[in-house]
Amino acid sequence: MLDASEGYVTEDGRQIGGVVMEMKNITLRFGGVVAIKDISFDIREGEIRAIIGPNGAGKSSMLNVISGFYVPQEGEVFFHGKKRPQMRPYEVAQQGIARTFQNIALFEGMSVLDNVMTGRLNHMKTGLFSQALWKGKAEREETENREIVERVIDFLEIQHIRKTPVSRLPYGLKKRVELARALAAEPKLLLLDEPMAGMNVEEKEDMSRFILDVNDEFGTTIALIEHDMGVVMDLSDRVVVMDYGKKIGDGTPDEVRTNQDVIDAYLGVSHD
Amino acid sequence: MPESLLYGTEVVLNGLMAGVLYALVALGFVLIYKASGIFNYAQGVMALFAAMTLYGIMVGQVPFAHLINAIFGTHIHNFGWEVPAIIAIVLTVVVMVLFAWLVQQYIFRHLVGQEPIILFMATIGLAYFLEGVADLMWGSEIKALDVGLPQGGSLWIEENTQWLGMGNENFYGFFLDQLDLIATVIAAVLVIALVAFSQYTKQGRAMRAVADDHQAALSVGINLNFIWVLVWSVAGFVALVAGIVWGSKSGVQFSLSLIALKALPVLMLGGFTSIPGAIVGGLIIGVGEKLFEFSIGPLVGGATENWFAYVLALLFLVFRPQGLFGDKIIERV
Ligand SMILES: Nc1ncnc2c1ncn2[C@@H]1O[C@H](COP(=O)(O)OP(=O)(O)OP(=O)(O)O)[C@@H](O)[C@H]1O
Ligand SMILES: [Mg+2]
Repeated sequence: MLDASEGYVTEDGRQIGGVVMEMKNITLRFGGVVAIKDISFDIREGEIRAIIGPNGAGKSSMLNVISGFYVPQEGEVFFHGKKRPQMRPYEVAQQGIARTFQNIALFEGMSVLDNVMTGRLNHMKTGLFSQALWKGKAEREETENREIVERVIDFLEIQHIRKTPVSRLPYGLKKRVELARALAAEPKLLLLDEPMAGMNVEEKEDMSRFILDVNDEFGTTIALIEHDMGVVMDLSDRVVVMDYGKKIGDGTPDEVRTNQDVIDAYLGVSHD
Repeated sequence: MPESLLYGTEVVLNGLMAGVLYALVALGFVLIYKASGIFNYAQGVMALFAAMTLYGIMVGQVPFAHLINAIFGTHIHNFGWEVPAIIAIVLTVVVMVLFAWLVQQYIFRHLVGQEPIILFMATIGLAYFLEGVADLMWGSEIKALDVGLPQGGSLWIEENTQWLGMGNENFYGFFLDQLDLIATVIAAVLVIALVAFSQYTKQGRAMRAVADDHQAALSVGINLNFIWVLVWSVAGFVALVAGIVWGSKSGVQFSLSLIALKALPVLMLGGFTSIPGAIVGGLIIGVGEKLFEFSIGPLVGGATENWFAYVLALLFLVFRPQGLFGDKIIERV
């Protein structure tokens, strides 16, 4: 089913394109702890790629490497076929890679609308002085940004809390606002660290639907981390399985589900 | 109007004007504290340094003249030219931006994520270092800074408020210092500009984002380093304005760096993270200390202005530790 060069067609008939992001032999250490051990995998245009694994497997670390928050000791990152030099997180974001955090990082002092608006900061071209000099241009840009923000807010069904300070929102809605902020950046690649963690069944279903819709309507490439096997199987096109910093499986949900190493890791056969 | 009410009004007006200046100095603190969690002890010395640099440029002083002369056996002190105030101010702004960059690049960049107390200690070090540099660069003698701001009482206001006395022979109209008036206008404009900047510009929004959450700010593509240089630059500019006003009033001398101490009670009142808090806090302290001195001062032998603000701040610390508008402190257990 997988074609190395030209992409593939998913079970539900979506065409997946070429490689957007390629991780080559990534190794990341924290002192004595090896969080990621010589892992390689790729993410293709238009797909939903999942990273799964038990607690402490190194999933978040991998997402942090992709988004520039962690710098691996070894390995290379290729973005759109070009080797990426070491980049700071803000530079990665400026390349069109947006993310959410496992522990939610929102601007707690701002309203939902202002939070989502910060997702547009990258797209605001007009500098400080031209803002003062060419008021018209700045205003046009502002209107454009607002329109996109409103569209995202509608899309994620959070109109009713637009003006609410984020600090007052329940956990599930915060996760959704964080997704909205990432979407407002119109990313080429969207990284989600456990977007459904800590949610109830209904909220999980909503979030799953949003993720599928984002991928479907905007064609956004998505890499996500998730604990819940069931959710992963429903959502993703291909899955990387990590355990103790190593990659122990990579393939379609069906492939990894029947992989003996994966089964062992999830049943805790080889450790404890 | 009864006489005491007239004098009381005059006291309040003078207090408001002093308060705007306190607010201005406090703003410098709030800006840096909000964006980086650093309590910048050096803010007062920055005002001193800015004022000395401005004076030095205006009169054509050669920077580090003593040092140069000592090393090379020369006797240069002056370039022999004078620079108009407005150009000198622009040049001083450039110097303060350069200072901001150096501070970020060589000190705080390496201290990201450190405990607040360590950051605080670093600013104490910075304060004394900068004081030394200022001394070495421009000399320590008192300088009479004159950028052309008017001095003395405003006759116009006196004449036009005399009627309020309604024939009272002892009332000559309100006495308001022209420099204080100008300073109030400048400070007010600056405060409004700062608020507009942080609300409506890309950089201002990024500044607020950084103030709120570093991780989140990074994830939306904000260059923290750049924002911190920007914030230190703005604080440097605020310090320059405070330095000009205070320096015009009582000369540029080392005691100028003590205006930072005036900002402390303002911050305790207004909260360390609130721009409106700094403004209102400044006004309350300005008016409060003048009124207290006017009404209670004579009973206790005067000089209450030295301690009143601190006592007020202490009361606030006890009853409302987060200040008037500061972010609520919620104990996590
Ligand atoms: N900043 C850090 N400093 C030190 N060690 C870290 C850091 N981040 C991660 N680690 C370590 O790296 C290993 C992998 O952690 P990581 O957070 O990537 O796991 P995870 O798969 O996301 O786990 P979870 O499912 O619990 O979120 C763990 O042993 C963790 O303690
Ligand atoms: Mg994790």
